[in-house]
Amino acid sequence: MKHYLLSVMQPVGEPPEPEVLEGIMHNLEVFHAELKEAGAWVFAGGLHAPETATVLRADKGDVLITDGPYTESKEYLGGICLIKAPDLDAALEWGRKATVATTLPIEVRPFMGEAEG
Amino acid sequence: MTAKAGIEAVFRAEYGRAVAVLVRFLGDIDLAEEAVQDAFATAVRKWPEAGTPPSPAGWIITTARNRAVDRLRRESSREARHTEAAQLYAPDAPPEEGPVRDDRLRLIFTCCHPALATQAQVALTLRLLGGLTTPQIARAFLVPEPTMAQRLVRAKAKIRDARIPYRVPRDADLPERVRGVLAVVYLVFNEGYGGKEDLRAEAVRLGRLLAELMPDEPEVLGLLALMLLIEARRPARETPDGDLVLLSDQDRHLWDRDLITEGQSLVRRCLRLDRPGPYQIQAAINAVHSDAPTAAATDWGQILALYDQLMALAPSPVVALNRAVAVAETEGPRTALALVDALDLDGYHAFHAVRAELLRRTGRTTEAAAAYEAAVALTENPAERAHLERRRTELRVEQT
Repeated sequence: MKHYLLSVMQPVGEPPEPEVLEGIMHNLEVFHAELKEAGAWVFAGGLHAPETATVLRADKGDVLITDGPYTESKEYLGGICLIKAPDLDAALEWGRKATVATTLPIEVRPFMGEAEG
Repeated sequence: MTAKAGIEAVFRAEYGRAVAVLVRFLGDIDLAEEAVQDAFATAVRKWPEAGTPPSPAGWIITTARNRAVDRLRRESSREARHTEAAQLYAPDAPPEEGPVRDDRLRLIFTCCHPALATQAQVALTLRLLGGLTTPQIARAFLVPEPTMAQRLVRAKAKIRDARIPYRVPRDADLPERVRGVLAVVYLVFNEGYGGKEDLRAEAVRLGRLLAELMPDEPEVLGLLALMLLIEARRPARETPDGDLVLLSDQDRHLWDRDLITEGQSLVRRCLRLDRPGPYQIQAAINAVHSDAPTAAATDWGQILALYDQLMALAPSPVVALNRAVAVAETEGPRTALALVDALDLDGYHAFHAVRAELLRRTGRTTEAAAAYEAAVALTENPAERAHLERRRTELRVEQT
């Protein structure tokens, strides 16, 4: 088994209409339930907007703190889902479900090493 | 045959099979390649004196396996890698559905996995299954050797790190995955169409391998038939000076009858399987062309019917363009021109070439000349460009 990170790629800008968002949230709940049912669930969560981020930099024995995200871009990490899967095919299958549920692009990335059972 | 030539022939024929078996055994492509190359290096030393063994492929695989085991024992750091790699086939891997097939089939599906870029799929397939060296692949695709080497290293690293599985896809995914594999092979063939002999031969070899491994997949047979029928016309496609000769002007005595016979019998096999697909229909269209003793004897009605079927199955502007060429032969250039003018293919050289030809045949020479100009500007292949320039010149002569 391996761990894979599913990253939700969210565009900067206004969120969708409340009723649209409601539908997406419902689809995500169904998706998470399916992950748990299959024993593939590890963790998932949505992130606040990039402007809520803080960056720390170690610098000559000091640590500098800056307000805002590390990089400004047109998309940001909107949420993550951490899953367990036997191989990339299985992970991509979950990724497929995630992109359908969120209507957003999903990046699938493998973690190093093995995952327990 | 000298021993060295003998070993080279075995290498070309058996490299892919040996690597495929070793990947399953070792769970790692790099280790498998190293072991197989080791075994061939040993063969180069031993066979000239001891003679070629009765089963060269078996000898190579056994030797490679022993080498790999020795090496793993020697290098404990590798041991760790091996253990991790062997997890690929850990009990938690989903069981393989359907009959367990030749290892080469697993290797093909791994090389052509959709999570790899097309360029990487092509390079891996030629390297691992075709046994082409990295410099050979780099030359064939006019890419600097370090670039190609890096492309292969990256692709193999992704297979290992993202754990792209080494297995034949389940039945539900098979049609889509087979399409991906066929696209890679046809891409290699078309790359070789510009005159790179070895790539065309390699694509045909891969096509034969696929047909051997998946004899019940009609599209696999269709692609092989298509390649063979196109290849059969090669001797007639160019003048001794390297000028392009259009199908309608080709000397049909120069066509390779053996390839035509083989291609046509594959098309008949496809018809019996009765599960048509784009490659099969294109093969059938080429089979109709290969049936005609002269260009005038071509059964355009049948070709048009096949294009109609292709449009129903896999419609695209390019298919519509080719269909229009058949319409020109059955219903005349004016009808065909109306169809072509409705297409949105402004950046495609063949669109302008076909349009120019149709405009010429309807007597609209000024517009035809402009269309030839546009086609020339968009054509990269020198032989094709020279041909279009000749047509444009002929047009001027016709005008005066």
